[in-house]
Amino acid sequence: MSSPEPHASPAPPAPGVIAVAMRGITKRFPGVLANDDVSFEVASGEVHALLGENGAGKTTLMNILTGLYRPEEGEIEVGGKVVELASPRDAITAGIGMVHQHFRLVDTLSVSENVVLGSRTEPFLLNRASRTREVELISEALHMPVDPDAKIWQLSVGEQQRVEIMKAVRSGSQVLILDEPTAVLTPQEARQLFRTIRVMAAEGHSVIVITHKLHEVLEVSDRVTVLRGGRSIATVDTAGATTESLAALMVGRDIDVARRRESTSAIGGVVLDVEGITAAGDRGGNALKSVSLSVRAGEVLGIAGVAGNGQRELAEAVTGMRDLSAGSVSVAGKPLKTGDPRAAITAGIAHVPEDRMHTGVAPSLSIASNIALKSYRTEAVGPFLRLGLIRKRAQEMIERYDVKTPGPGTAARSLSGGNLQKVVLAREFSGEPRVLVAAAPTRGLDVGAIETVHGYLREAADRQVAVLLISEDLDEVMMLSDRIVVMYEGAVAGEVDPRTATVEEIGLLMAGVTGEPTGSEP
Amino acid sequence: MSLPRVRIEKRLEQRRFLMVAVPLGSLVVAHIAIAILLVATGHPPVATFRRLFDAAYIADGALTNSLIAATPLAFTGLAAAVAFRMKLFNIGAEGQLYFGAIGASGIAILLAGQSTPVLIVAMIVGGAVLGAAWGAIPGLLRAFLRTNEIITSLMLNYVAALVLNYLIFDSLSYWRDTSATGLVFPQGKPLVDAATWPVTTIGSVAIPFGFLVAAAVAFVVWVLYTRTRFGFEAQVIGDSPRAARYAGMRTRRKIVAIMCLSGAIAGIGGASQMGDFRHVLDARGLQQANYGYTGIVVAALARYNPFAVVFAAFLLGGLQNAGYTLQSAEFPSGLVGVMQGMILFAMLGGELLVQYRISLPRPVRHVRPQTESAS
Repeated sequence: MSSPEPHASPAPPAPGVIAVAMRGITKRFPGVLANDDVSFEVASGEVHALLGENGAGKTTLMNILTGLYRPEEGEIEVGGKVVELASPRDAITAGIGMVHQHFRLVDTLSVSENVVLGSRTEPFLLNRASRTREVELISEALHMPVDPDAKIWQLSVGEQQRVEIMKAVRSGSQVLILDEPTAVLTPQEARQLFRTIRVMAAEGHSVIVITHKLHEVLEVSDRVTVLRGGRSIATVDTAGATTESLAALMVGRDIDVARRRESTSAIGGVVLDVEGITAAGDRGGNALKSVSLSVRAGEVLGIAGVAGNGQRELAEAVTGMRDLSAGSVSVAGKPLKTGDPRAAITAGIAHVPEDRMHTGVAPSLSIASNIALKSYRTEAVGPFLRLGLIRKRAQEMIERYDVKTPGPGTAARSLSGGNLQKVVLAREFSGEPRVLVAAAPTRGLDVGAIETVHGYLREAADRQVAVLLISEDLDEVMMLSDRIVVMYEGAVAGEVDPRTATVEEIGLLMAGVTGEPTGSEP
Repeated sequence: MSLPRVRIEKRLEQRRFLMVAVPLGSLVVAHIAIAILLVATGHPPVATFRRLFDAAYIADGALTNSLIAATPLAFTGLAAAVAFRMKLFNIGAEGQLYFGAIGASGIAILLAGQSTPVLIVAMIVGGAVLGAAWGAIPGLLRAFLRTNEIITSLMLNYVAALVLNYLIFDSLSYWRDTSATGLVFPQGKPLVDAATWPVTTIGSVAIPFGFLVAAAVAFVVWVLYTRTRFGFEAQVIGDSPRAARYAGMRTRRKIVAIMCLSGAIAGIGGASQMGDFRHVLDARGLQQANYGYTGIVVAALARYNPFAVVFAAFLLGGLQNAGYTLQSAEFPSGLVGVMQGMILFAMLGGELLVQYRISLPRPVRHVRPQTESAS
């Protein structure tokens, strides 16, 4: 399985044998041309980054390669032979594996059980010892330390990702696709992952990394293919690329990737005051432990941390979505009734939720309904809704926020991530909020949409809204915040000034190493 | 290489014409299947279909009988549709209908001296209130204890049936006929004549008052779901409970309210049984009819659209009515049941085609790769 391939070459830029070639791929969805004559090649032993906007069709392209969608036109070659990938099983048989952003692991099973899951070669009577040994071997070969007998729910997100990778490798994947792999990792874990990726490439695997983080492209890949508007714009050698050149290719114009937000407005008095809140997590135990913080008018307070350290619960507690067992949340000095989203809405707390598809919107309902999701109470005469008004307002919002959609009657689920987020933002800003809680507002969005969302967050701060920005994307937090609070295991690990702090310093706080950085690994 | 195989994928867009074409196609398929069955059992298919159609919609009194069969199904169908639209799976229309019948007959006995209009209103209210109360139980359990309403509402059907039996067979209750014959042959107290609901006659067709009430309820439900804040909230909760909570909606109250509404509609169905047809709390007859469960089929056929529910109830009522007529020594009731089952099976199975697409493997067109086009 993990024995080195004979043609493994340590010199990356020289493309070896073509492992996968997609030629002239066209895929249409109703009203959208998701992939327009896209061509894309990956060599054996190559790490190939796939850059592009969500609407740009990279997800569609990878879904075609993993057999989830069938293209209208074009052909796919694996190992020099034209193949037809009619189902995910065909793709697995052809040696193509994917690690999705949302892991597909069985929580209650062990690591080794998950790794062999779905394998047709397992004997009827499972041999636990040999399975454990096999997982240990893979884990060593790929430099990914994981206890084979641990249950999935006991693992950190980073470890779970390793299990996903091992699963793909064991199922015989020669081509491994990683979808936004570092979104949930600490900088240290990300570095570890990159080492694993290089090891795999050295063994002759092809690795396709979907990412929107330009510095990662430069750090880990040999070549990069940029998609924009459903078309492959260019394939370039990473060695000759810079952050600026890639960003320009991706967005189609030059953008300043490292521009920090400088407050243009004076910072006012405290608007949001969170006082010693403690809240239970979904799995029992306290997910928030006596967290106190405050945000002033016109200020952006960034919350950094590795996923699962209480950030989601913090957003939910502040917005009334989660009951508190202690502490209080006040807006402009007035304490809110806790655990009541409507009280939070009435107090002027806008919320861009982490899970925009199932919390931020009702996916099957129309865009118009979703824009009216909070305002429908006032857009009514007695018990009857003013449907004309709701539709008209939705049309205005679609135009003002440049939502790409056939019209206000379209179901929210058919929108791409960026457009969906615009709908959420349009609704939340239309309520004239005093506080904005934005949780992972740009997760899974493309560079263009990220820039748009950042623009709106800046605008909110300029309009004297107190912004609580919760994000696992450290660059984003560094770029936008006036202050940064780092969370670890449900408590505040420390506060840093983004103007002076280094990524390493924050990374250590994120890993729970407090006090003077000593260089000890988490 | 992969073997050619059929794949079923969800349609991204529902085609309008399929909404009509698929049910019609399903009917055709069902009739072909039934024809095969009839030939195999030695019955002439064409003549049988003619008799079936005749008995349901053409013959003297056929439409009247079909409407009588359709009325309770319209109520239970609406009860199911109202709840299912919000993804509250109220299987309890059966029991809620019993309680509606208990409430309506109880109030009709109590107000025996009153005029017909007063009695009609009182019976509808009485039926709705008890039906709603019975529906509220699984609603409250679901809202506050997160109990699965499918299980609880189903179980409560058996409880309701036992209550019905107790009132008529096992006790000298208010509802039981305590005259000499009533003590020997247990039955409910007959309702006064004034408690008989009027019949509207158009030509030779007699429309039960309950059917008109059901049509009115369908209209109210439609307005409620498409035009009101309540309906908007119900839609959001049905689609994504988290989004509803996020928007500050009181989801628990809505769950209870919808279950009460669903129960009330089934309860009015029970009242209509008393006022329109049975005029006595008929414990055994109500239990044998299975209106509540058939209502779920009606709601599914109608895709939970309230107007379509009334129409589907009419079609299904016709089928049931024709079934009774068709039964004879050489045409056993089992065969009738199989025919009805095949029609329902085809109709509901056809639903798959509206929401999903069955794609046969087709060759992917090969296009020569073009050289990179700039920008």
